[in-house]
Amino acid sequence: MISALWVMIALSVLLGIVLGYAAIRFKIEGNPLVEKIDAVLPQTQCGQCGYPGCKPYAEAIAKGESDINLCPPGGDEGIHKLADLLGVEYKPFGGDAQPKAKAVAFIDENTCIGCTLCIQACPVDAIVGAAKQMHTIIASECTGCELCLPPCPVDCISMDKIAEDISNWKWQHPVIIPIQAVA
Amino acid sequence: MTDYLLIIIGTVFVNNIVMVKILGLCPFMGVSRKLETSLGMGAATTFVLTLSSGASYLISHYLLGPDLAYLTTLSFIVAIAGIVQFTEMVIKKTSPDLYQVLGIYLPLITTNCAVLGIPLLNVQANHNFIESLLFGFGGAVGFTMAMVLFAGMRERMEGADTPAIFKGTAIAMITAGLMSLAFMGFAGLVK
Repeated sequence: MISALWVMIALSVLLGIVLGYAAIRFKIEGNPLVEKIDAVLPQTQCGQCGYPGCKPYAEAIAKGESDINLCPPGGDEGIHKLADLLGVEYKPFGGDAQPKAKAVAFIDENTCIGCTLCIQACPVDAIVGAAKQMHTIIASECTGCELCLPPCPVDCISMDKIAEDISNWKWQHPVIIPIQAVA
Repeated sequence: MTDYLLIIIGTVFVNNIVMVKILGLCPFMGVSRKLETSLGMGAATTFVLTLSSGASYLISHYLLGPDLAYLTTLSFIVAIAGIVQFTEMVIKKTSPDLYQVLGIYLPLITTNCAVLGIPLLNVQANHNFIESLLFGFGGAVGFTMAMVLFAGMRERMEGADTPAIFKGTAIAMITAGLMSLAFMGFAGLVK
């Protein structure tokens, strides 16, 4: 009995060591470009680009399968950053969804019935609440992806625009005005 | 030398693991829809089966011995799972092209009964190390051959005018049965 235990332990430990060693020795580095692109993307995991999240979109860009101008939460600034990173021309926003002013979701707590549907939809876990309890949004976690709006059966979620103030104001990107010939 | 040749012929034709021993039917039915996929699965199985026959011989002779023979099945399962994982990692690193072909089939092999069955038959038949390797390799070649032949037939059956009741898996099962009968014709070729 004891020897059987020892034999099985020895076998498992041996295989564990071999596999652990192989995992380090034969490690595959992912495409470093994917990591860089992923770092630029806003990580809202909203899927508005048509891919199931930011990482798949980054992979598609790295493979050259997708354009750089499909990310609404990243906005104009995101496209500029991607264009710089990849050394390609900036191009205006091209996806179906258009970038909007930065906003956070807000739940009207009087109307909320506590169905938890929006919690399941939220890609960043920014909604707290339990079944039949009122839900609320952690404003600092909310990325404004609007994925919680469609599942809400009572339409109690609204998007509040974030007003521009001294903490989030940024220089606008320079707009190139075509020079017109003087007649 | 003749002995080794007989083992190969015996496992490929006479005691074909799928058609005569009726082992490994799940990949045989599941992955045989297309010729290329069945070839990929066959190649992956050949690779793993040869390795695991050798490893299981070493385990049963040097690690277990006659006292712990009751641990054979358990330890073989552990060893095969480990070997499959290891093979997957090595192939992924050394040959991405081969990984593209075999990649998705490798994890499937872990639960392939043919891969467990052949080492167990090795133990029963008291094969030595070389014989075990050849038995594993021959069995896998037989498995691949049966899969490829069957996949070829299934591809043609797709276009055939099969009665509605027999369409799909039903006619595939019947065909597999007829193929198995045909393999019975090899019986007696090698003892």
